[in-house]
Order: sequence, then structure tokens, then C-alpha cells
Amino acid sequence: MEYQNKFISPGHNACAGCGQLVATQAVMRGLNKDTIIANATGCLEVTTTSYPQSAWGLPWIHSLFENAAAVASGILAALNKKGDVKTKVVVQAGDGGTYDIGFGLISGMWERGENILYICYDTEAYSNTGIQASGSTPYGASTTTSPEGLKSIGSTQRKKDMLAVALAHKLNYVAQSTAGFPDDITNKVKKALALNGPSYIQILSPCMPGWKINNNEAVMVGKLAVRTGLYPLLEYVNGQLSNSSIKNNFQALAVEEYLSQQGRFKHLKPEAVKYIQDLAEENIKRHKL
Amino acid sequence: MKSAKDNYELLEGSQAIARTIKNLEPAVISAYPITPQTHIVEILAKYKADGLVNCEYVRAESEFAAASIVLGASAAGARVYSATSSQGLLLMTEVIFNIAGMRLPVVMTCANRSVSAPINIWNDHSDVMAIRDTGWILLFAANHQEAVDQHVLAYKLAEKLNLPVMVNVDGFIITHSYESVIIPELSLIKKYLPDYNPLLGTYLNPDAPVTLGAFFTPDYYQEARQTLHQDLLASQTVIKEEYKLYKKLSARQEAGMAKPAIDNGLIEYYGPKKPNLILVALGSVIGTIQETIKSENIGLLKIKTYRPFPGEEIAKILSSAKNVAVIEKAISLGNMGPLYSDIRGALTKNNRLNISNHIVGLGGRDVTKKIIKGIIKSASGRANEAKFWG
Repeated sequence: MEYQNKFISPGHNACAGCGQLVATQAVMRGLNKDTIIANATGCLEVTTTSYPQSAWGLPWIHSLFENAAAVASGILAALNKKGDVKTKVVVQAGDGGTYDIGFGLISGMWERGENILYICYDTEAYSNTGIQASGSTPYGASTTTSPEGLKSIGSTQRKKDMLAVALAHKLNYVAQSTAGFPDDITNKVKKALALNGPSYIQILSPCMPGWKINNNEAVMVGKLAVRTGLYPLLEYVNGQLSNSSIKNNFQALAVEEYLSQQGRFKHLKPEAVKYIQDLAEENIKRHKL
Repeated sequence: MKSAKDNYELLEGSQAIARTIKNLEPAVISAYPITPQTHIVEILAKYKADGLVNCEYVRAESEFAAASIVLGASAAGARVYSATSSQGLLLMTEVIFNIAGMRLPVVMTCANRSVSAPINIWNDHSDVMAIRDTGWILLFAANHQEAVDQHVLAYKLAEKLNLPVMVNVDGFIITHSYESVIIPELSLIKKYLPDYNPLLGTYLNPDAPVTLGAFFTPDYYQEARQTLHQDLLASQTVIKEEYKLYKKLSARQEAGMAKPAIDNGLIEYYGPKKPNLILVALGSVIGTIQETIKSENIGLLKIKTYRPFPGEEIAKILSSAKNVAVIEKAISLGNMGPLYSDIRGALTKNNRLNISNHIVGLGGRDVTKKIIKGIIKSASGRANEAKFWG
């Protein structure tokens, strides 16, 4: 594909084949030049801004791990005061910054009803610090702080339902995608920005060292997450589930197809796989896939 | 021309500060309520509601968020304001470090209050002492007029130096009491403080994209911190210049007030050239000390700029005395008072001084003239332990 992305350049330090960077490229294709980005601490910040270099072609700020949402609110307030209605404010954070440490500040931003697009790159663990479990880590995943062992199947928590949390804040636009479907990501970013108002897009971003997959597998695993029903391509406009992209890519594959590709689930016994299949069925039913 | 006397108003400290902030026209205000800071942000919210200020007022869900909001707004090129106290400042701490490291000209008021536990809402300096090493310029006001004037100075310094400035005012003692004060008029502020228009390419703007808050490896980090330190030290010259200029423009000569022998924005010194004893303090307790001193042999050193620490100026003055008593409303638990330690550090060349440390007024305990008299009486001699009074 002949494509030059001027908002994020090649030459960053992310792992070759990183799922998050695939997703980021797709997000950037959905933005225009009148955008300011507030980025949380994490892989994306560390791998793209090693001083004195920067991979960003848009105005970009990183403050702390947990405050990207509030920093974005401040940027928007400054733009509002200047009467600038053209410039869009976009937050980028990982699942640790979103589900866990930044959770309260995201709620504050959403409460204020501000026209900010929040993007969560969901690697289902603290990838940057060495794959520790987060509120997003799915049931059965082995991480460095929820390791599998003789007496443990890995994470025993269910993944927190951040989409439901976003919907409870009455956001204009809430969507879910994966790095397996870059064009879906780009379309959703464009749609969120066109709707004007608070929006949330969560993107499953396969992490090679975290998920123990090969560096040519991020996109494939991202596709399987969708097809098994574990991570469907969802979209809610003004709280209503839309039909736009879900069904085309859902094939009702067994979750085993997804789990068996990844080292983080390799220890799971049939019982646990069955439980995860039930979670997928629940998704399928709930979203009428 | 009206004389200064005509412009005096009897105002609550918080109201005086809020009125001054209104005239300073920040573009973005964000805050979270905490006693004793509340009156300031309530009054500003009312100004916004009544259309008396033309700013964005962002309600934050915590002090951590409020500090982050003004950080973001400042990085986008806006003049900003926030205020907090005590636990609120502690909750902000991570952002406070970050604001200074990012060289953002944020201005904030700290209505000084004790920290928990035990929980206590009254005044001392434990809160600000916890963030003294973060890279902010820390000003301390002794009364309402200083509180007001230091906010004007704060914006000038912040925007000229790209350093954040915190104005410390004693909770309740300044924020909730009434004093006659002159609110700097808009015309004076306009003359003194240019509109804030940062250069394109130094803040977040799509016309000239910049990356702020990048990742610094060991190859670069130390230089960044060293530069911040050096710039903070060097800001003493600018503080003196700007203080002098503001004094000149405001052309205010308070009648009946004792005139300091030295008055430069960093410190004020009252007393003889070679005193037997110098008392050193920060903030509103200065008034009580001034009221107590009767002997012509005692000097008073008021520290108005605590960071950068004007060690050289302080050492020069204290070296002329036989005894020094450092009176402060904070203790570095397990050591001495923080101001005492700073002064000892600045006095390395003069070991003959008898310098003692006196801790007063923690958690709002009254600091009476009797206490000050006691300190004066006991201050000839060297003490290796901080003494608690009251």
C-alpha cells in the first residue's frame, strides 16, 4: 500500500509488528491537521517521543499516566476561550491509563460533556512496564502479576465493561474495534469526530510480548478476537447499537481458535475455555451478532 | 490624582485575591473545593455566573484533575489560574512536579493549611513544604496587600520566565479575615503585565505542531533538571527587578507602616545593622512578630520568596547578628524545621552564629505575643533541636 502518514512517522521504537501502532496508524488516517493530541504515559508515548526525536506530526502533549483526559479538558477550554471551534482534541491512552489509574478523570471529562474523542488502545495489560494485569485483563490470561501456576489459572477477574461505563455517561458515540480491522478504526474515528461531542473508541491492540504471539500475527489475532465474538466490532450512536460494522466480520468461530494462538492462554484447561466460550456467547446474544 | 488612601477597601482576604484574579484576566480557571481555599473559587465562579469575567471556568472532580486541566490549558497557550490547600495540594503533587518540569507558566494560590493525620483544617505550612523541591517559585504573603500584589507579580514572573508560581497565603488568617487593602486596578495591571501571547511553536497549535512532554533518556534528563534548577536560581534577579517596577508603577506608600531597611521582593529586613538577635519567618506570623518587638537591638527578616531560596541575601543579613531565631509553622519530621535547614545550608561560611529553631502554630494553634517574647528570651544560644511553642 502506497501511503504516507504525516501524523505518525515511521522510525518510532515500537516492536516490529506492534498491534498498537497498526491501530494508531489507522486512527491517524481518520484525523485532519486541526487536531491536538493528549497522550497518557505508556508504550505509545515512550516509543514515539524519545527526545530529541518525535514521530508526531500533530501538536502532541504527554503529561502523566492518569491525567490525559483532564489535560485534554484544559486544552479544549483554552481553544474555547480563543473561539477556535475547528481544532479537535483527541486523547490516546492504554488500558492501564483508562480502566485503572485514569478512570476517575475520564468520568470527570465525560460528565462535563466536552467535545473530546478518547481512544483507548487496549492491550489487556500494562505492556509498557512488562505485562502486568490491569482491569482490562481477560479471564484466564497469564500476566506477570496474574501468572498461571499450579494454583492459578492466571487472571481470575472478568474484563471490566468500559463500553458500558462510557454509555452510562451518555456519550454521543461509543465504539469498539481491533487492530485486525484498520479501515473500521479509521471510519469510526471519522464518524466520532463528525458527531461532535464526547466519544469513546476502544481498540483491541494485540501486544506481541504480552500475548506471546509472533510479530506477523497482531492483525490475524485482532481479526480472530472479532470473529469469535470475544471482541465484536461495536458502535453505539447516541446510546443505540448501530448495525454498521458488526455482522459482516463475525463468523462464530470457537474461542479456542483465538486462545490457542496466544501464549498467555496456553495453560488453560477445557473448563476455563468453556467459561470463555460462554463469555463470547453472552456477547453474541447481547449484541445480536 | 487620588491618594492611595482613597482606594483602600475593607475586604476579606479571599475576596481581595479573587478581585485581583478577575483583573488579571486568566483565560482558564479550574479548581476543586477545599477549606480554607473555597471562598476564592466560589467568588470567581460567581463572577463567571454574573458575566463579570470572560474566562472558561472548568469544574474539576478532584484537585488532581484541576491541576491537570490548568496544565493542559497552559500548554495550549492560555493564561490559567487555580487555588488549593492542604490535602488538595498533596493530591496535586504529581502534577505540580510535571507543570514545573514542562516549564508552564501556571499561577496558583495555596491557602496554607496543615496536613492529615490527624485531620485538621487550620493553618500551618506543612502543605507547601511538601512541594518545595518541585521547581515552582514560591511566594509568601504576610498580609492581604502582599497577597494581592504577589498575584500580579506571579503572572509577570511566570510568563516572563516560563516558570510556575505559587502564592502562599495563610489559611483563615489571611483568607477569612478582613483588612484594608488596595486592589490593583485594571489600568495598572495593563501597564505592568502584557497580554499573554506565547510564541507560535512553543505551545499546542495545529499551525506549528510541537511535541511536549517527550521521553528523556539518561543522555538528556539530567541537563533538563539542571537547566530548571539554574533558571529558578537565576529568577532571583528578575523577581527583584519586577518587584521594583511594580512598586514604582503602583506608587503606593503606606502611611504609618514601618519602613524596611531592605525590601527587594525576595526578602524584607527591619532593624539595626548589627543587631543582637534577628528573628526570621514566613507569612502572616510576621505581623505578630512586628507587634511584639520592642527592643532596638532586634531585627526581623521576612522571607517573601522561599523558592528560589535567597540564601546569599539571607546569609549577608544574618551574618551581622549574634543570634538568630528561625520561627516556622512546619517541621521536617525527624529533623528540624525546613526553613531552619535551608538557612543553615546558606550559612556555611559563618559558624559563629547562634541559630535556634522554633516551631509554632501547627494546625492553627494561636501564635501569641507571649510566645514570641518567650522565643526572644530564649534565643541567645545554639540549639540542636527544634523547640515547640504554644
